[in-house]
Amino acid sequence: MGHLFMSKNQSAAPYDPVSAPFIHLNDVSLRYGESGEGVEALKRLSLDISRGEFTAVVGPSGCGKSTLMRLLSGLTPCSSGKVCIDGKQVNQPLKTVGMAFQNSALLPWRTALENVLLPLEVVEPYRRDFRRDKARFVERARALLARVGLSGAEDLYGWELSGGMQQRVSLCRALIHEPEILLLDEPFGALDAFTREELWDILQQLWLDRGFTAMLVTHDLPEAVYLADSVHVISERPGYVVHTSHIDLPRPRTPELCFTSRFTDYVHELRKHIQRKALAVGGVGL
Amino acid sequence: MNKKTATMLYRLSPWLATLGFFLVWEISCRLFSIPVFVLPAPTDALAALIKHIDGIWFNAQHTLLTTVCGFAVAIGFGLLLGILVGASPAMYRALNPLLVGFNSVPKVALVPILVLWFGIGTVPAIITAFLVAFFPITVNVATGIATMEPELRDVLRSLGAGRIAILTKVGLPRSLPYFFASLKVAITLAFVGAVISETVASNVGIGYLMMNASAMFQVPLVFAALLVTAAMGVVMYGITALLERRYAGWAMRKRH
Repeated sequence: MGHLFMSKNQSAAPYDPVSAPFIHLNDVSLRYGESGEGVEALKRLSLDISRGEFTAVVGPSGCGKSTLMRLLSGLTPCSSGKVCIDGKQVNQPLKTVGMAFQNSALLPWRTALENVLLPLEVVEPYRRDFRRDKARFVERARALLARVGLSGAEDLYGWELSGGMQQRVSLCRALIHEPEILLLDEPFGALDAFTREELWDILQQLWLDRGFTAMLVTHDLPEAVYLADSVHVISERPGYVVHTSHIDLPRPRTPELCFTSRFTDYVHELRKHIQRKALAVGGVGL
Repeated sequence: MNKKTATMLYRLSPWLATLGFFLVWEISCRLFSIPVFVLPAPTDALAALIKHIDGIWFNAQHTLLTTVCGFAVAIGFGLLLGILVGASPAMYRALNPLLVGFNSVPKVALVPILVLWFGIGTVPAIITAFLVAFFPITVNVATGIATMEPELRDVLRSLGAGRIAILTKVGLPRSLPYFFASLKVAITLAFVGAVISETVASNVGIGYLMMNASAMFQVPLVFAALLVTAAMGVVMYGITALLERRYAGWAMRKRH
């Protein structure tokens, strides 16, 4: 199968696994409901993400941003079109994905440390070795928690942690099994401004250290510009990509950057594309 | 009232309330000179208890054993059925009317049938205790599993977890508080079931004893037996509450 795909490509340009997009969405549509009668969430959406890239997806609420994330993780299959990751079509939940949500979704009967260990109890090959290597895994989880500033909180339960701390645990849980792709669905949406900025830096640092491919779904434009290499604006439902900005700002980005004109120019440009669409549809703003 | 007496009162409140209840009972019996064969005072019941302690003890033991047997079967069956119904929406839909219908049948009406099948004695009592007690366990466990947050399911699924892993890692631990809450209801119901069955069709047990005593107009003895049943219920309830705190303590946040 792979051979066919390659030979087809070779006629136009030689197949190059390095420059081929890591994540490739081609003409993807999604309708909810059994026989395609339901809401159309995405319509002919195409999107490429290269390996190690930090992508953000922004758009008005209800535009299918979260749906896009579920497509990538394989949780929801698309109605038509193709979702490929690393050259393979996605048709079932992937194991190389880490996910975090606006709601930290921690297991309340587990401590912070036990929550972080969860993926290692489920994902192969860790699962097989979990009992034997538990001490090593616990060390690893402790190190990761320390990395996000949570040393000392390992044995606390979710309800004993502040919202920001819960999100950090959630991030650790999404990364402990070293996934190639990190999917974030408005993970900082419910946090106060200071905590949010703190977590931006933690996330940026983790991404710089580990080099995973990240996709962040958000409605916070400065957040998207601060964190991402490229920001895609999705239209109102049914969603497709209206506009893409490539953010050419040096890394690591710092909070001071938010006050530079280059940064605010990017934000304004994105805002313009979101508003234009909203007005065209005759909506009442966002 | 200073803080120390307040906490002391708070701690002793269950004992004080129980004591108060018996006091009111005792005083009203004496004040209105209620005949013993209508409503004996607690002291009369106590006297009967002491007088017939051997017989009461023997029968109470039997009832306790019957109840615990029925309760154990109810836990096993209720848990399994609850997991099945909670984990599978199709099963839930299919079995729901049967379960509700079954639970609406008065179990005391089933005792004669059980006697037809198994004869008079312990077996119908165990089965009645089981029949009355399993339903709340099933409903609660099923609810605990079925109300799992979709995010939790997504987290597990995105890690490649199958149904079994989702059930063991999230569904079951999540339903534990529901399970223990149902045990507290189920154990008292199991007592009711066992005693009812003994009253209707048995030759041993506290229900049988009460039936006999009232037939002989020994009303204080009936009340003594009632008090013993209540006390056993309280003790069993306390044990399940302890288990709950031990195994599902995470669901009860500390007060201060």
